[in-house]
Amino acid sequence: MTAFSPSDLLLLLPELLVIAAACVVLVLDPVLPSHLKDGLAWLSLGTLAVCMGLISSQMGHPASAFGGMVAIDMYACFWKLLLCAVAGLTVLLSYSYLKEERLYFSEYYAFVLLSLCGMMVMVSATDLLAIYLGTELMSLSLYVLAGLKRTEPRSLEASAKYFVLGAFSSGILLYGISLLYGATGSTRLPAIADAVAGRSLDDPLLLFATILLAVGFAFKLAVVPFHMWTPDVYQGAPTSVTAFMAVASKAASFGAFLRVFAEGLSGLRTDWSMIFLLLCIATLVLGNVVALVQTNVKRMLAYSSIAHAGYALIGVVATGRMGASGDSAHGISSVLLYLALYTFMTFGAFAIVAMLRKGSLEGEEIEDFTGLAKRQPVAALLMLLFMVSLAGIPPTAGFIGKFYVFMAAVEAGMTWLAVLALVFAAVSAYYYLRLVLVMYMREPASITADSPRLVLSPTLSIVLACAVAGVVIFGIYPDPLIQLAAQATLPLK
Amino acid sequence: MAYVFFGYFAGVIALTAVLVVALRNPVYSALSLLVMFFHVAGLYVTLRAEFLFAVQLMVYAGAILIFYLFAVMFLTEKTPDRYHIQSWGSLLIGGAIIVEVVVLIGQHGISFGSSVARTAAPSPSEEGNTESIGQLLYTSYLFPFEVASLILLVAMIGAVVLSKKDLPEVPPS
Repeated sequence: MTAFSPSDLLLLLPELLVIAAACVVLVLDPVLPSHLKDGLAWLSLGTLAVCMGLISSQMGHPASAFGGMVAIDMYACFWKLLLCAVAGLTVLLSYSYLKEERLYFSEYYAFVLLSLCGMMVMVSATDLLAIYLGTELMSLSLYVLAGLKRTEPRSLEASAKYFVLGAFSSGILLYGISLLYGATGSTRLPAIADAVAGRSLDDPLLLFATILLAVGFAFKLAVVPFHMWTPDVYQGAPTSVTAFMAVASKAASFGAFLRVFAEGLSGLRTDWSMIFLLLCIATLVLGNVVALVQTNVKRMLAYSSIAHAGYALIGVVATGRMGASGDSAHGISSVLLYLALYTFMTFGAFAIVAMLRKGSLEGEEIEDFTGLAKRQPVAALLMLLFMVSLAGIPPTAGFIGKFYVFMAAVEAGMTWLAVLALVFAAVSAYYYLRLVLVMYMREPASITADSPRLVLSPTLSIVLACAVAGVVIFGIYPDPLIQLAAQATLPLK
Repeated sequence: MAYVFFGYFAGVIALTAVLVVALRNPVYSALSLLVMFFHVAGLYVTLRAEFLFAVQLMVYAGAILIFYLFAVMFLTEKTPDRYHIQSWGSLLIGGAIIVEVVVLIGQHGISFGSSVARTAAPSPSEEGNTESIGQLLYTSYLFPFEVASLILLVAMIGAVVLSKKDLPEVPPS
């Protein structure tokens, strides 16, 4: 058996570059004089830019490496491009955020890069073992990042909670993988697809394996009822890390999850779409309703991210329902499109929360946004845009994402699901627009020196500019992204 | 003969596993867990998986159990009795699940045998289990192996970053 050749390493060049940059950051951190340490952030950013270039050049040249263990197809390239972009935005946001928070860990950037590497493995691996290890690499780095605000008990609690629940869910995922291996005799997704074809969930081994895999991934996706960790972790972690988790880790988990279920278990798609239908409805209801009563913006955005996972799941359910006809590609591409658009608005909202400072603290309560429009009209306008987009009101990116997901549901003959989701999108408008109301309609009590204000910096401006550009441009002219998502779907059997 | 060994190992595993949760003294629990790990290792020998046998002894009986004992010894002095209280609700739920399992098995029977893939059957090669695992690890499974090494790197640095004493407080001017 030819295990691998040097050309395989060339195919993995983006991942290798990310790892190399992480190692350079780790090694240089203790030896660099303190005034040069900012350079490490720029080094990480430069590497990510080169990676994005490499990945775009790999698009359209599908290949597989390490004897079919890793696929460099359009699907993988789409996610990798998205993940690298998010990691780049995270580095930019962290550059100013870490200074405000007085967190001088240069290892921070190394962990972001290593976590990114895990995510890239997750979305490109076609072997359950590699997918699992990618998930672990991503999660372990995130556990550390979540606890970096070491002087604050809430951050440590977030880290510990995330670690315990994450380890638990990894165990469940691994148990599912081992049962699936027992039932099919392989960990390769194509081989599993062949072995599963023609079998049904009446088979107890396959039933257990599918349920355990679904539960394991549901933890990573923060889907109800496996969402318990999300609000506490998102609230306790440093906000730049929260933004990274809410966007990148969710996107990577969706990437791996879709590949496992659509490519590996496509023979069981009517069965698993039933499981995810239930999870999807529970997520839409609980995520949106609980978000209504939050007073902390980070917690509210955490519940909002849970709800958005529910919307993306609609596309997954539709994929399973549509069967092997060409239409099922619409389901998958709607999920890709949804998560790509979700990235811009959520990251933008978290960036504003991170940099809204109240003295030396973060202004993360909804109260802190009172009268922001009077003090900083531009900041308030940007937050308004992100909130409107999250609520899914046209002409913003959020509307386009929801539109395509709902269309997929209608095409799959589940109009009632689209209507239900629409009702809960209306519910969500209440809590998103409440923040807007607070910013625009309410007078600030008194303008003092430490009333919350957005601390501007060049890097933050770039982050916000990218996020706003994504929300507005893709809201008005989404065609390029739709084309890309349509090309990046998986072939279903 | 193989059945005799299997019966012995399986019986002791079941017995000591029950003792782990039934014994009141946490040190005794840990020790019966140790006995259980040894017998699981014995089970691997009967399956001719000598590599797994060695790993089981070194990782579980060696490393993990020592950590359990450390944790137990640090915590036992202050352990309040609240960990020894079992609520009646859990008995109810557990009982319901057991009844459900029994009913389901009664209805369908256990038919795992037919669904297990034949291709997955272990085939002990001539050069021995350890050697073939090594071969596979560095050829077909090289990629996961390398990812696993990165995980170890992250775990090591993460532990240092989260626990090092002097926080870097001085701003890089």
